[in-house]
Amino acid sequence: MSITMTIDGMEVTAEDGSNLVDVASDNGVYIPTLCYTRGRPCLGTCRVCSVKVNGYVTAACAMPVSEGMTVDVSDPEVSDMRQGLVEILFTEGKHNCPSCEKSGRCELQAVGYELGMLVSRFPYRFPVRDREVGARHIWLERDRCIFCQRCVEFVRDKATDRKIFSISGRGSNARIEIDIELADAMPPEQVTEAAEICPVGCIIEKRVGFDDPIGQRRFEVETLRERATARSTDE
Amino acid sequence: MNKKIESILQRYSSDRTRLMDMLWDVQDEYGYISDEVLPDLGEGLKLSPLDVRETASFYHFFHSRPAGRHRLYLSNTVIAKMKGFNAVYAALEAETGARFGSIDDSGMFGLFETNCIGLSDQEPAMMVGKVVFNHLTPAKVRDIIGKLKAGQSPEEIVNPEGIPRDQLAYVEAMVESNIRRKGPVFFQAETDINALLDSCLKRHPEELILATTRSRMRGRGGAGFSAGLKWRLCREAEGDVKYIICNADEGEPGTFKDRVLLTHSPREVFAGMVIAGHCVGSVKGIVYLRAEYFYLKDYLESQLQQMRDDNLLGNNVLDQGLNFDIRIQMGAGAYICGDESALIESCEGKRGTPRLKPPFPVQQGFLDKPTAVSNVETFVAVARMLDKGSRWYESLGTTHSTGTRLLSISGDCTAPGIYEVEWGTTLNHALRMAGAEDSKAAQISGPSGECVSIRQDGERRFCYSDLSCNGSLMVFDHSRDLLAVVRDFMQFFVDESCGICTPCRAGNVDLLHKIDLIMAGKGQFSDLDDLVNWSRIVQRTSRCGLGGTSPKPILSTLKKFPEIYQQKIRKHHGPLLPSFDAAAAVAGYQQARDELLQEDVE
Repeated sequence: MSITMTIDGMEVTAEDGSNLVDVASDNGVYIPTLCYTRGRPCLGTCRVCSVKVNGYVTAACAMPVSEGMTVDVSDPEVSDMRQGLVEILFTEGKHNCPSCEKSGRCELQAVGYELGMLVSRFPYRFPVRDREVGARHIWLERDRCIFCQRCVEFVRDKATDRKIFSISGRGSNARIEIDIELADAMPPEQVTEAAEICPVGCIIEKRVGFDDPIGQRRFEVETLRERATARSTDE
Repeated sequence: MNKKIESILQRYSSDRTRLMDMLWDVQDEYGYISDEVLPDLGEGLKLSPLDVRETASFYHFFHSRPAGRHRLYLSNTVIAKMKGFNAVYAALEAETGARFGSIDDSGMFGLFETNCIGLSDQEPAMMVGKVVFNHLTPAKVRDIIGKLKAGQSPEEIVNPEGIPRDQLAYVEAMVESNIRRKGPVFFQAETDINALLDSCLKRHPEELILATTRSRMRGRGGAGFSAGLKWRLCREAEGDVKYIICNADEGEPGTFKDRVLLTHSPREVFAGMVIAGHCVGSVKGIVYLRAEYFYLKDYLESQLQQMRDDNLLGNNVLDQGLNFDIRIQMGAGAYICGDESALIESCEGKRGTPRLKPPFPVQQGFLDKPTAVSNVETFVAVARMLDKGSRWYESLGTTHSTGTRLLSISGDCTAPGIYEVEWGTTLNHALRMAGAEDSKAAQISGPSGECVSIRQDGERRFCYSDLSCNGSLMVFDHSRDLLAVVRDFMQFFVDESCGICTPCRAGNVDLLHKIDLIMAGKGQFSDLDDLVNWSRIVQRTSRCGLGGTSPKPILSTLKKFPEIYQQKIRKHHGPLLPSFDAAAAVAGYQQARDELLQEDVE
């Protein structure tokens, strides 16, 4: 069933119950995300897609669209909240772009650029978290994990459907873990997928570092916004 | 496979949803949950070993390392700190030889701090394994530790007369109930459960739901959702199986009324669940009991068994055709499990992470089936209301907040305990009843509520449109440092955040650090602006009510007691921020310089 709603004052039509982030993208409005990816189940963890729906701040990825809904994406208050959330991710972990293999294909970095973030309003914590290098094809640079849970939910052992990545601890003591036995059984394509699904430089594929030259990487040739809203400009 | 793990798996038919129970059994067996048991446990449940750890590591009573033969958890709430926590803390370290957060050299004692254990009216208090000790003093600590060293069990010390664990007397010997004021709804001896259930089961579910809606009773979990509407939605939701869950994870610091209800009115709680089951068409009930109340478990089990024996529970209840039974699910230490969807996750043997809504639990709850989750107090109130009629209930309280409310009053007052008040009662009246004098502030609804000024707000009323209280009422007199209280509450939220979403996981830590900065006298006025800005981000972008409420201690004290912040603020002079520590900033430079010079010499 088709419904009518407004996004930043623009009247749009969409399929009832479809995902607000997708509907916005299809209509040329970019809503940043770090946990949500089109076509995958919503995780609702990063909250970077917060927008106002009928005046209330809510995560767009977890919001099915409905008739008459009024969505504010560019409202200054909620825009500042989105930027604040990206800023706090930069200070909660250790994100040193110039020395990171993921630079140029890192979604956190790209979202930071997209929102015009220059410096974080929050104090830098520079946490020291042990890295996990025990798996044959993957190393975990835990300082960079933003706990989006993509790897936890979407990367499963092919034979048994068991979790390869998991979280231990809770709250600010939470930590990303990797089951080394299952990780070593991952086929090469799945290793690459795991590294690509990671929105930051936490899951790194061993022995293929810097295969794409700096300057020619995903978000260096095309911004996140351009990627997200490509469908709307095609039409 | 390890034989002990195999038998634990068998005990629960290798059912993944019973992982919490299995983890308790493993810990009871070995004292902690070691990495060695994970592969066998995982294999039995078809999970990776780290997936098992994912659940276990979420709950703070589950230990991954040896935690001592006797595990002592000292409640560290603000109330405990007002009643001698520090001296008890020191005495515990001195007597056991262990430091808090670790075990002693012999491995006999493990000392841990824990958040509110529901004994704010008898602090300082601690758990030793699954029993509790209240009104602690250094002398009492010496006595307890001495007896443990002499080989007595915690059970023998707390219960020297050997009262069976399934008796009310056992619970009463361990903790005080302190029911200071009974009202018309709760702790009524005359309720005939048998007759009540018989009459309710004879009535059509729709009629009971209508009566509940008419009484305008609201759920007591804090959100104040209409009890009748919740049942209606659950009844109308599609599902072959439906569940009734009683939320007995009374985790809000300062409240203890559910503990006292479970102690003195367990049959009313269970009867309320049976009626709810009849209303929504459910066959299964679960009581999610917080681990801090482990000492109630055997007593509650015996009450359930007695109800089964009396045909008030089980198959064909009172020959009225209803099949409904109740089991108890133990928690393991996580405040967030008070959130209904986190509680459901925990019941399924997972981390207590709040779910995304929609769908709501009444549509898809436990095992994705329609589930109505209500507070302990709600079930008792509904049983009483149906006994006395919705008109009678509606006549109590105010127009929009009907009935009564149980307050758990603690802090600076002469008679801490349970008070039943009609909605509409003023804060001053409640304080007078509890013998609170010279009160400066009251924390309404625990850390997730608001801090009010007695001078400004004393005449405000408890009701959903004004002081909407979840039962916790902590009182502070003029000698108390409210900023220290705020700091304590923020630490509580940092400890208890599940970590699933960014604002709550990371934001609360920064709010806590900012309070520390101000308390240290290094804050400036712009830091107060930061507090407000950051608080709004946490409040409005968080995934669940924990982050939605965690900045309230800061925001409500900024509003009511701005002077506690202003007194600590430094005026900004010159180019450097007050928080900038020049000596610390160049300390690394000096060290590097010395090392380089040393190398030159060599």
